[in-house]
Amino acid sequence: MRKFADLHLKPSLEDFERVKNMINKSAELGFQMVGFSFPSKTSVDEANQVRKVCHDNGVELATRVDIAPRSRRELLSSLRRLRRRFEIVNVFCTSKVVARQAAKDRRVDLLSFPVAEYPKSFFDRAEAKLASTALASLEIDMQPLILLRGFARIRLLSVLRREVAIAKSLKVPIVLSSGATDMRFLRKPQGFASLGMLFGLDLPLALEALSETPLGIVVRNRQKLSPAYVASGVRVVRRRDCCLTG
Amino acid sequence: MLSHRVKRRYLAVKAESKEPIQGKEVLDAVWNALTQLFGEYGASQSELTFIHDYKQKGYFILRCSRRALPKVKASVASIREICEKPVTIHVLRVSGTLKALRKKTASAELT
Repeated sequence: MRKFADLHLKPSLEDFERVKNMINKSAELGFQMVGFSFPSKTSVDEANQVRKVCHDNGVELATRVDIAPRSRRELLSSLRRLRRRFEIVNVFCTSKVVARQAAKDRRVDLLSFPVAEYPKSFFDRAEAKLASTALASLEIDMQPLILLRGFARIRLLSVLRREVAIAKSLKVPIVLSSGATDMRFLRKPQGFASLGMLFGLDLPLALEALSETPLGIVVRNRQKLSPAYVASGVRVVRRRDCCLTG
Repeated sequence: MLSHRVKRRYLAVKAESKEPIQGKEVLDAVWNALTQLFGEYGASQSELTFIHDYKQKGYFILRCSRRALPKVKASVASIREICEKPVTIHVLRVSGTLKALRKKTASAELT
C-alpha cells in the first residue's frame, strides 16, 4: 500500500493543542509521515515533544526548517548552521540571487516561491535546470489554493501551472504539501491530488508528489545525517578498534 | 438513432464541521465551488445531483457524470466554508453503482 507524506505542517508551537489536533487529523486522513516546520532555534526537547505526539498517533515525524534568506551570503550561513540539525531544509526564495544559489546547492531539499506576489516567482527554466542537476525539489503548498478566492486564486493557478509545466519539462521533482496552519486546511492525499489537477498535475504525478518524492527526500537525508554516512555511496558498515593505534 | 448512455459516478462525502450541515447546503457548496473553479460551462457538464443524506452516519451521497469526476473531486476539496460556517468536506468513496457505494462505505465504517 502506498505511503503518503505531508512535509509541511506549520502550526504555531506555542499552541500545542493545535499541534496535537493537526497531527491527529493528518494520521486520520491517511498520512504516514508529517514534516513539521520548526523555528531555527528550536530545542531538542521541543522537537521530542512533537515527536512523541506523532508516535502516539502512529505517524512518523520529519523535522524541517524553513529559511527565507535575503542574500546569498545569508543563505550559505544558514545552511552551514542548520543543515545537520534538520531532516528537511526548505528555502523560500524571495530574490533571484537566492533562488539561483538555493537551486544549485545540494544541501537544499525544497524550493518554494512567493505565491501572492505574481512577478516574484523565480522558478524559470534556468532555475529548473539548476535544480534538476542538484537535489532540490519544487514544493507547492495547497493552503493558499483553498484559502484564496476570485482573482487572487486565478493568478495563483496561472503561476502554479507555469511552474509545474517547467518542472515537468526539466524533470524537477515536485512535492505537494498542505502548508496548513490549521486543521481546516488539511485534506486527504487524494483530495490534494485532485486539487493538483487544477494546475496541470495529472493524478499519477500528483500522487507521486505526495508519496514517493517526499518520502525519498526524508530517507536520503536520514542516511546523510546518520553517523555511518561518509560520502555519497560510502558508509561505515562496521567499526573496530584499529590495530595500528593500539 | 442510438444516443450513448451517460455514465455516472456516486460519491460518498463527509462534511466535518462543529455545526450541523444539511445535505442541501453541501450540494449548494459543491455547485458554488464548481462554478468558481470551472465556470458555468464546466459546472453544467458535471450533472451533479444530491442522492441521499445519511445524517446518523455523517455522510452524504452525490452523483455526477463520470467525465466530470476529477472536477467534482477538486471542487469538493476546495470547499472551506458553508454559509460562513467553517467546514471541510472529504470524499470517502466513489463507485459506479449506488449499491456498491453503500457496501464500500459500510465496510469502511467497520474497519
